[in-house]
Amino acid sequence: MMTTEASTIGITHNEKVEHPDAVEMQAFGFWLYLMSDVIIFATLFAVYVVLGGNYAGGPTGKDLFELPYVLGETLLLLLSSFTCGLVMLAVRDGKKNSVLIGLAVTFLLGLGFVLMEINEFYRMIAEGHGPSRSAFLSSFFTLVGTHGIHVAFGLIWMAVMMGQTAVKGLTPPVQSRLMRLSMFWHFLDIVWIGIFSIVYLMGVM
Amino acid sequence: MFGKLSLSAIPFDEPITMTAVGGAVLLGTVILGLVTYYGKWTYLYREWLTSLDHKKIGIMYIILALVMLVRGFSDAVLMRGQQALAAGGALGYLSPDHFNQIFSAHGSIMIIFMAMPFLVGLMNIVVPQQIGARDVAFPFLNSLSLWLTAAGGMLIMASLGVGEFSKAGWSGYAPLTEIEFSPDVGVDYWIWAFQIAGIGSTLTGINFIVTIVKMRAPGMKLMRLPLFTWTTFFTMVLVVWAFPVLTAALALLTLDRYLDMHFFTNTLGGNQMLYVNLFWTWGHPEVYVLILPAFGIFSEVVSTFSGKRLFGYTSMVWATGAITVLSFAVWMHHFFTMGASPNVNIFFGIATMLIAIPTGVKTFNWLFTMYRGRIRFTLPMYWTLGFIVTFAVGGSSGVMLSIPPADFVFHNSLFLIAHFHNTIIPGALFGFFAGFYYWFPKAVGFRLKESWGRRAFWCWLIGFYLAFVPLYVLGFMGMPRRLAYYADATWHPYLLVAALGVAVIGLGILFQGIQLFVSIRERRSLGDSTGDPWDGRTLEWMTSSPPPVYNFAKIPAVDDIDAFVDMKERGIAYSRPDRYGDIEMPKDTPHGLIIGGFAFVFGFAAVWHIWWLAVLAALGALFTVIARSADDDIHYVIPAAEVERIENERYRELASVAK
Ligand code: HEM
Ligand SMILES: [Cu+2]
Repeated sequence: MMTTEASTIGITHNEKVEHPDAVEMQAFGFWLYLMSDVIIFATLFAVYVVLGGNYAGGPTGKDLFELPYVLGETLLLLLSSFTCGLVMLAVRDGKKNSVLIGLAVTFLLGLGFVLMEINEFYRMIAEGHGPSRSAFLSSFFTLVGTHGIHVAFGLIWMAVMMGQTAVKGLTPPVQSRLMRLSMFWHFLDIVWIGIFSIVYLMGVM
Repeated sequence: MFGKLSLSAIPFDEPITMTAVGGAVLLGTVILGLVTYYGKWTYLYREWLTSLDHKKIGIMYIILALVMLVRGFSDAVLMRGQQALAAGGALGYLSPDHFNQIFSAHGSIMIIFMAMPFLVGLMNIVVPQQIGARDVAFPFLNSLSLWLTAAGGMLIMASLGVGEFSKAGWSGYAPLTEIEFSPDVGVDYWIWAFQIAGIGSTLTGINFIVTIVKMRAPGMKLMRLPLFTWTTFFTMVLVVWAFPVLTAALALLTLDRYLDMHFFTNTLGGNQMLYVNLFWTWGHPEVYVLILPAFGIFSEVVSTFSGKRLFGYTSMVWATGAITVLSFAVWMHHFFTMGASPNVNIFFGIATMLIAIPTGVKTFNWLFTMYRGRIRFTLPMYWTLGFIVTFAVGGSSGVMLSIPPADFVFHNSLFLIAHFHNTIIPGALFGFFAGFYYWFPKAVGFRLKESWGRRAFWCWLIGFYLAFVPLYVLGFMGMPRRLAYYADATWHPYLLVAALGVAVIGLGILFQGIQLFVSIRERRSLGDSTGDPWDGRTLEWMTSSPPPVYNFAKIPAVDDIDAFVDMKERGIAYSRPDRYGDIEMPKDTPHGLIIGGFAFVFGFAAVWHIWWLAVLAALGALFTVIARSADDDIHYVIPAAEVERIENERYRELASVAK
């Protein structure tokens, strides 16, 4: 996802009117990337909906999902989205230290989410309910896991941005990257809401 | 240590394969040797491989496409030769195993590694110039896309000599592609080649959408965009919409094969038709990805060489948009035989037929543009006319296939093969050739010789009819596709004609090679020092041939459709600005090339289950991205004085032509 990091060009000095600035183009490009990611998730959701009832004699969602635990994960992620929003406010005000602290808190919350998810997966697999047990479990692990991998990449990105902020300060390119990171983070939040409702809530119902 | 890889992976016992491998290796060695001999490595690396210049990236894409065209065509020759021999009990020279790999490789290569790079290459060279921009929105991403595509192509080439390629067709239907039925590495090569190149295509899509939306010259309103830019825009919308579905489908198949999951398996709840649906959700839009840019090229060519504004510009844009939207509502016509209810089949049948309407609109627009025009019969025009006539046939057979009961009969027969070659060869390939001849002088600085080009054209056209009309007949006679040999001797004569057709096409390709060679030798007399060899209508003809790296010293202001004609009429096409400014351009960088290299290693390691290498390559790619993102010094400035020097030279040259 960080590959959208790129340069924009074509701006002669004093000719700024002719092209929108780089930051705007990068934001638009990144938004398009997010839309393509939406399609990947939409595909995985569709696959889950088609295969979600194919238990093949194995466990069902009712047997496996523990709502309170998942609610805990959800809260961590929502909270991290909130702190991520605060980070962007600090960026706007140019408060470098608050940005760093905010990113660290967001990072820890995100890390907590990923660890909880790994733990949930680990337990299921240890009990013999791994992704190769049935088509339902394949699609469950893949949909939720793809989201989890996205969050993990977001964490790597966040770590890189903490480094860049600390070393370079809040320069315009760093700000632009932070803005895209926050777009990414909120996007993952929205996807999670979908997973929580369609996979977990409907699964236990 | 080396996963599944061992020396036995090299097919020493297959003389045909080994000859091909030997040829490819020899050719590669000769090229590398020549580069070394002439001491061109630094030049190659500095000026090309690490370049972020959209024009050079475009040229590299097209070189990749032409190489892959030869590879894909060689596969076709092998298949046609086999079927010409293997009649009534004869076995021919290809084992079924090998034959299956060949048609799978042919389809995969032609679509993903010939047609895609060809069209992206043309877009790269042309679109920024058509909209009056200095580059694409994200030049680094552009280079990355190129090298990801090249990495995928390299993987397919590697499968020739190390291991084998998929035997499951270019569409890779499950459950045949599942580990249970295809335990060898062939399917894995297919998966990773598609996956890596596909990600490159998605990035290209994002890049060009942003470029077209955000970087148009002042005054270039949407309804003044040249048609090729319009079709590029819709194509890229299709790419960003459709390719992620392919990415997901391939990833699920990968999980089935590598982690024993059950998306598309026969057992434990898997669903094979889910794969087929996902594949064609991407696959049908993909064929429009191939054909829409060609439609744009035909529009430019017809209008330029008829000396008229395109007839029905607005309807052309809307027709393209309609095709874009409709192309997402027809995927099921690829498997009417799945057993969906008649109502579902009828829905998709009618949606498919509807596509004929906007396509017909386009055809009539081209005809009306030519009507009463002063037509100049140049090479691009030859290909365009060849397309219009031939495509009408292919489109009609498509409408036949869209009738579900008829499709039940034609499904999986050579009728289908005839149909889609009859649309994709004139509709995509002829279009790319038209674009190739049209924009070659712009990209390189000299024209291609007409005489050899005309010979090549006639060989292609006649060869095409000889090669594919018999397949329609064979389809009616009931011959299925993908047959290594057959018992029914009545099919044989038609397959002989088809083989003759391929030989004639081969002659066409040979003539194109000769044409390139002769034109390079005579490049002085074929040179284009005006930048506008065809009396062009759009902004790319305003720059010199080849253009300076910044394309436009001053960004042009646009007042009309066919902006350049408008400028020429008002006598301001070549007027000089009062002064030049500094121009900021992206610095070249090797990061894209490096990531492409890692992608290739990763794909190869994943195919052979060499996990430590796969992890290393993935980490390498990740750290290259991080390193690139930490670099804020990515521009350099061409000082105004230097711009002035370059432009002065250009005006001197223009003046010498005018004399
Ligand atoms: C240059 C002339 C070409 C010739 C002579 C040719 C010939 C063939 C032949 C003989 C087959 C196998 C038919 C069978 O299954 O019995 C085939 C399949 C195919 N061709 Fe071509 N072809 C040509 C160009 C192209 C182009 C330009 C494209 C796409 C851009 C293309 C795409 C395909 C595909 C997708 C298949 C199906 C492969 C499969 O069965 O999985 N071909 N072609
Ligand atoms: Cu289709």
